[in-house]
Amino acid sequence: MKHILKILGLLVTVSAIWIGLLQASIVSSSYAWLLPVYLIVLLGCYGLFMVGVGLMFFPTCPQESHLLQKDIAEAKDFLKRKGIDVNSD
Amino acid sequence: MEKNMYSIIIPTYNERLNIALVVYLVFKHLREFDFEIIIVDDSSPDGTQDIVKQLQLLYGEERILLRARKKKLGLGTAYCHGLKHASGDFVIIMDADLSHHPKYLPSFIRKQKETEASIVTGTRYVRGGGVHGWNLMRKLTSRGANVLAQTFLWPGVSDLTGSFRLYKKSVLEDVIGSVVSKGYVFQMEMIVRASRKGYHIEEVPITFVDRVYGTSKLGGSEIVEYLKGLIYLIFAT
Repeated sequence: MKHILKILGLLVTVSAIWIGLLQASIVSSSYAWLLPVYLIVLLGCYGLFMVGVGLMFFPTCPQESHLLQKDIAEAKDFLKRKGIDVNSD
Repeated sequence: MEKNMYSIIIPTYNERLNIALVVYLVFKHLREFDFEIIIVDDSSPDGTQDIVKQLQLLYGEERILLRARKKKLGLGTAYCHGLKHASGDFVIIMDADLSHHPKYLPSFIRKQKETEASIVTGTRYVRGGGVHGWNLMRKLTSRGANVLAQTFLWPGVSDLTGSFRLYKKSVLEDVIGSVVSKGYVFQMEMIVRASRKGYHIEEVPITFVDRVYGTSKLGGSEIVEYLKGLIYLIFAT
C-alpha cells in the first residue's frame, strides 16, 4: 500500500473521531471545533522537541578524526614503500 | 559452508589520493574475506585512473576492477554500472573520500550473517556511531531533516541519506530498478523502496568524519531538494 494512503487512512480515522466528538457532545462544542488546531500545534511542538533533544544528544566522535589521521599516515607510508606516487592535495 | 564474495562498488571523481588510501584500508580490514573492489571513475581529470592502474599492479586485477565512464554522470548510474560487473553475492556501496571508513566493513558483514538481512545500512545517528566535522547549523539541518522524515515518511531506518550500505546482490538489482531520484535523494529512495518492498533491513553504527564539509555548502537549494524529495517519497512509495 502506498504510504500516502496510510497517512490518509490515519487522517480519516482522526477526522471520524473528531466528528464523533462533535456529534456526541462529550466535549464542549467550542473546544471540539478547535481540536484539529490543538493537534497540529501539538505535532509542531513534538517536532521541535525531537529536534532539540536530537541536537543535544547528537552523537559525535572527535577521536575518530585523530584515528583517521593515523590510518592515513599508515596508508601513505605503505603506498610510498610500494612506489605508488600520490601527490597530496 | 559456502564462502561469500563481496563486491565493493566505489564511484570516484577526482579522488586520486583518497582512492589509494581507501583501497589500502579495505585490504587491511577484510583480510579474512573474499572480495573485489569495483571503481567506477567518471573520467577524473586528476589522474585517479592512473593511480587505480598502479593499485591493480600491486593487488591484482581480479581484486581491483576499474570500470570507468566517459564523463561525469550520476551516482545512481554509477552503481548500476558497477553492478553489471559485480560477481559477488553481496554488494557494498561506499564513498571514496574516507568519510566511510573501511574498518566498519567486517561489522556490516557480521550483522548480515547474524540476521540474514537483505540490507545492512550504516547509521551515523545512534550510540556507537557519530559524526565529526559538522558545525551546529549542519547538525541542526540534519536533525530537522531526520525528524521530518521520521514523522511523515516512517522510513524504518534512522539514517536515511547514508550511502554506506551492504545489499544482497539480487535485492540491490531489484530495488535500483525502481528508483528515479538523483543525488542524495537517490539514497533515500533506495532505502524507502526497499523498506516498502518488505526487505529485511538492519543497521550498524558507523562514524563519519567529514573532511569535505566546509568546501561543500549545505545551502537553500539542498534544503529545497530534500523537501521535494521527501514529498515525492511520501506520495510515490
